[in-house]
Amino acid sequence: MSTNALRRTGGGGQSGDRIFSGASLAAGCLILGVLFSVAVFLIIQALPVFGADPAEITGGEGFFTYIFPIVIGTVIAAAIALLIATPLGIGVALFISHYAPRRFAQPFGYVIDLLAAIPSVVYGAWGYSVLAPQLALAYDWLARNMGWIPIFEGPASQTGRTMLTAGIVLAVMVLPIITSLSREIFLQTPSLHEEAALAMGATRWEMITMAVLPFARPGIISAAMLGLGRALGETMAVALVLSGGGLTASLIQSGNQTIAAEIALNFPEAFGLRLSELIAAGLVLFVITLAVNMIARWIISRHKEFSGAN
Amino acid sequence: MSKRIDVKDLNVYYSKFLAVEDVNINIEARSVTAFIGPSGCGKSTFLRTLNRMHEVIPGARVEGEVLLDGDNLYDSAVDPVTVRSQIGMVFQRPNPFPTMSIRDNVLAGVKLNNRRISKSDADALVEKSLRGANLWNEVKDRLARPGSGLSGGQQQRLCIARAIAVSPEVILMDEPCSALDPISTLAIEDLINDLKSEYTVVIVTHNMQQAARVSEKTAFFNIAGTGKPGKLIEYGNTTDIFNVPSEKATEDYVSGRFG
Repeated sequence: MSTNALRRTGGGGQSGDRIFSGASLAAGCLILGVLFSVAVFLIIQALPVFGADPAEITGGEGFFTYIFPIVIGTVIAAAIALLIATPLGIGVALFISHYAPRRFAQPFGYVIDLLAAIPSVVYGAWGYSVLAPQLALAYDWLARNMGWIPIFEGPASQTGRTMLTAGIVLAVMVLPIITSLSREIFLQTPSLHEEAALAMGATRWEMITMAVLPFARPGIISAAMLGLGRALGETMAVALVLSGGGLTASLIQSGNQTIAAEIALNFPEAFGLRLSELIAAGLVLFVITLAVNMIARWIISRHKEFSGAN
Repeated sequence: MSKRIDVKDLNVYYSKFLAVEDVNINIEARSVTAFIGPSGCGKSTFLRTLNRMHEVIPGARVEGEVLLDGDNLYDSAVDPVTVRSQIGMVFQRPNPFPTMSIRDNVLAGVKLNNRRISKSDADALVEKSLRGANLWNEVKDRLARPGSGLSGGQQQRLCIARAIAVSPEVILMDEPCSALDPISTLAIEDLINDLKSEYTVVIVTHNMQQAARVSEKTAFFNIAGTGKPGKLIEYGNTTDIFNVPSEKATEDYVSGRFG
C-alpha cells in the first residue's frame, strides 16, 4: 500500500505557516525596495553635479568645496548632541531602572517618553526664542574666560543662535530615544548576573558596572546610533535655531550649517543644477548615516563572543 | 579563615507574609551543613538571610539575629556589602559574567571596592582559585575566553572559584547541582569535600543522597501547608537525621514517604 498516514494532510496549521512566511518575506523585500529606490533617486538626481563645471557650483569651486563645510557642520552638531545626550540618557535610564523607587520610576519614564512626542518645529521655536537668548549670556562668559580654546573663541553671538545651541537642542531631542532604549535594555539584565555581583559584595554601582552596563553595551550603542540618526537628519530645529554661515571652529559664534538644514532652507527656490546640488548633499548625508551605522555594527560584533548570547 | 554562624530566633518576612518562622541553628566552622526539605519550605529563603541576599527582593526583611563569630549581621551599623564580601554565595543556575573572560570572572570579586592587584598576584590567585575549584586543568589554556563558553558544570565550578577567590569566611550554596548532569554533580560534591578543610559550607539541596554524601550536619525544614511559614523541624548529625531521626516528619521525608 502506498498510503502513508504521516503524509501531509494540508491542515490549517501549514497554510498559516505559509501565509506568515510569505508576509514576512514581503515585508523584508519592501524595506529593501524602499531603501534601494531612495538610493537610486538620490544618485540619478545628483549625477549632473558631478559632471558639472566647478565654477557653476555654489561657491564657484566645485562640489567638494561646497559640501565639505556643511558635512563638518552636520557632524559637529550631531557630535555635540550625542556627547550630551548619551551620558545623560544612560544616567536617566539607570535612575529609572535601578535607583528610583518603583512608584516614582514609571511616571518619570513616561515624562521622558513624552519628550519624543514633541514636534521638532516646537523644539526649534523653543531653542530660538527661549534657549538661545539664555545661552547668549553664557557664551559671552565663555568667550571672555575661555576664549583661548578655539571652540570658544569670541566674539560670542549676541542672539545665541550658534552651533552649540543647535547641538544642545538636538541633545534634548535625542535624549528620549537613548533613555527609553537604554532603560528597556537595563531592565532586561538577567537578575542572575545582578545577584552574582551583589553576592560577591558589590555595591549597587559596582553591580551596575559589572553586570548591567556590560550586558547593555550593544543596546546602548544601538540607542546612541538611533539618536545619532535623528541628530544627523534633523532639519527643522536646526534650521530655526542656527544662524548659519561659513565654516568656523568656534561653536559660540554664528556660522556653520548642517546638510539637512541647508537642504530645507534652499530647496523651495532651487531648480536645475542647484536642485541637483542639494540632492547630492542629501546623498552625502545618506552615505554618512550608512557609514555610521556600519561602524556601530562592527563595534557591536567585535565583542560578540563576550555578549552572553552563546 | 572560616567562621561559625549562630542564628537566634530568626523570622523572615516577605512584606507581611511570614515565610520562615523562629529558626535557631548553630553552624560549625569548617564543616558542611546541608539544608533539606520539600519545595517552598523556606530553606533557600533562610539561606539567603545568612548573607543578606534576601534584601535584593523588595519587601523581604528579618527579625532576630545572625551571628558570624559573634558579630550580628543585622546590626544597624553593618553594611550588607561587607557581609556579602565575607559570606560568598553560589547559585542554583551557574551565573558567570558572560561579558568577562574566565580569568576576569575569577578576579571579579577581588577587584571590587577599587582594590588594586598586581598582575603576578592576580595570575597566582587565578590559578589558586581555579585549582581550588578543580577547574584549572580544564581551562588553563583558555583563560582569556568567555566564561559562558564552558559547560554547565564547568561554569558552576567557575562560580565557586570566583567565590573562593575573595577568601570568604563562609560559602553558601543554593542547590548548586540542580542544573547539572550526574558527572558534573560528582565533581562539585568532591569539591565541597575539599572546601570544608578551609571554609564553612552551607548547602541547600533537594537531593537527599547528596546531603548524605557531602554534609556532616543536616537541617530539615518543613511547612505545615500553603500559606503557613516554613520551620526548622530537626537539626543534627547527618547520619542521625537519615538513620534515627527524632521527628516523625523527618523520618517520613528522608524515607521518601512525602515530598
